[in-house]
Amino acid sequence: MADKELFNLAAEIRIGALECLGAFGSGHIGGAMSVCDTLAVLYGSELRHDPKNPDWDLRDRLVLSKGHAGPALYSALALRGFFPREQLLTLNQGGTKLPSHVDRTKTPGVDMTCGSLGQGMSAAVGLAYGARLNKWDSYTYLILGDGECDEGQVWEGAMFAYHNKLSNLIAFVDCNKQQLDGYTKDVLDTGDMAEKFRSFGWHTLTVNGHDVDAVKAAVQAAKAEKTLPTAIILDTIKGYGCTFAEGKANNHSMTCGKDDVDAAIAALRAKIA
Amino acid sequence: MIRILDEIKKSPSLMRDAYCTALLKAAGENENIVALDADLSSAFGMTPFFKAHPDRAIQCGIAEANMVGIAAGLSAVGKIPFAHSFGCFTSRRACDQIMISCAYAKLNVRLIGSDPGITAAHNGGTHMPFEDMGVLRSIPHITLIDVTDPVMLADLIAQLSTDKYYGVYYLRFPRKNAKAIYAEGSTFEIGKGVTLRDGKDVTLVASGFLVAEALAAAETLAAEGVSARVVDLFTWKPLDADLIAKCAAETGALVTAENHNITGGLFAAVSEAAARSRPVPIEPVGIEDEFGQVGGEDFLQKAYDLTAEHIVKAAKEAIRRK
Repeated sequence: MADKELFNLAAEIRIGALECLGAFGSGHIGGAMSVCDTLAVLYGSELRHDPKNPDWDLRDRLVLSKGHAGPALYSALALRGFFPREQLLTLNQGGTKLPSHVDRTKTPGVDMTCGSLGQGMSAAVGLAYGARLNKWDSYTYLILGDGECDEGQVWEGAMFAYHNKLSNLIAFVDCNKQQLDGYTKDVLDTGDMAEKFRSFGWHTLTVNGHDVDAVKAAVQAAKAEKTLPTAIILDTIKGYGCTFAEGKANNHSMTCGKDDVDAAIAALRAKIA
Repeated sequence: MIRILDEIKKSPSLMRDAYCTALLKAAGENENIVALDADLSSAFGMTPFFKAHPDRAIQCGIAEANMVGIAAGLSAVGKIPFAHSFGCFTSRRACDQIMISCAYAKLNVRLIGSDPGITAAHNGGTHMPFEDMGVLRSIPHITLIDVTDPVMLADLIAQLSTDKYYGVYYLRFPRKNAKAIYAEGSTFEIGKGVTLRDGKDVTLVASGFLVAEALAAAETLAAEGVSARVVDLFTWKPLDADLIAKCAAETGALVTAENHNITGGLFAAVSEAAARSRPVPIEPVGIEDEFGQVGGEDFLQKAYDLTAEHIVKAAKEAIRRK
């Protein structure tokens, strides 16, 4: 039976992200929508955090390596109380704390600055290695895009994480099958992502990335793995849950009018009513 | 306090040994010190560190970009990472990681680039960074240091291993011998140049092995009746702009001497500072926009005009242009 609370949280995260992107009028809607269910599992259940103490040493950390999905994370953080929800409406405005790409120096709850793709992998590896040195029992979560895996740095970090047996590192690969210029299979075919991570030595699971129960179970299986880093391959749809973006060809970065956003939010509200 | 040796000669210890010894000492005093390596630990003389602190010596394999990113992550959980490779790889190969994961993210990372400029010698043009400082100099708030000798290196590593410093620091130095300039126990202030010799006709602003060449040039000039001031400007960024302004005002002419491309290097940095305070004739001794090549250091020093003789010539030209 679906975890209604997490299902609803995912919809709420989408609504907040759309308010955020809608206030600016454009942005990375496709890739923000595709990670909302994973963010719901993390912030609704699995990620140890304290909104009142965002710098808590023993918290789990999240590196949103596909930093352009920032609005989805901002929505989750606002819902958890890291900052007032009204701030979501300031995306990309001069002086905002919510830039298009996530920035650890600006936003409470953002653990790493990302936006230059591939770099979050190495940072997450460093966080996980350092947490182990510090004898902290915290986890480092990493969210990569499938297009992002074009970057060689992802695989340098993957080799290191396996070699050093970073079982406290849990990576999600948001396989939404699209990147800026089109479908990943046409731009640069990533092939079998799960097999790639498996061949790099990782404990690898594949789940429906829009099924909160499946994602939650995968995270719990990752925590039970005591030797290897875990890659959770998320089978997702770019723009999922957003009426005007889902299934569209060019939904990586798009403009969004008020009517479109209002209709998308209404559809999401109907799901959780 | 800084004390200068009476006689300049080859340093008794290798720079890499001074580095490893200083880092070992720091690691003994501060459990947050970690060292990162990209398959150069033995070439870098870091085997003693790897043996003493296997958990804090992090072998990254031949993946410098990943190494620098890992360093950023480590610093975000309170570690003070020192990541080393050849200067060409630390700077060029990992430039975007230094920019975004370290500097833009406001993290706390020490980066080491060895074998600067012609000291790469027989490794040749692929390994000969004439551009490392220039590539990094436009990254905001980064600190860039061209280390002079083992005494300075040991002092800077000790300082940078404390919580007093926070940010991104890049240090370049040869792995092997350097010319020893400073007496044991000398301490240095990052961002402040050291006036090694006073003079009134021209100031020779140098760093790295060219400090010794500048001191020799000043001797030659003195014999010819020219009074040359010599400054070791080991910190290229933040530049000691007050000292440059003072030297420009008091001597009226400057020479820069660097083991680096003059484009984006010390000549550029000093010229920028002088232009904003006291514009005076400035003559460069350095690499004139060329690539590296194989050869012994003596050969390369002459091939690229990096000798005391060239500094003397540049000083006379700068004075002539007053």
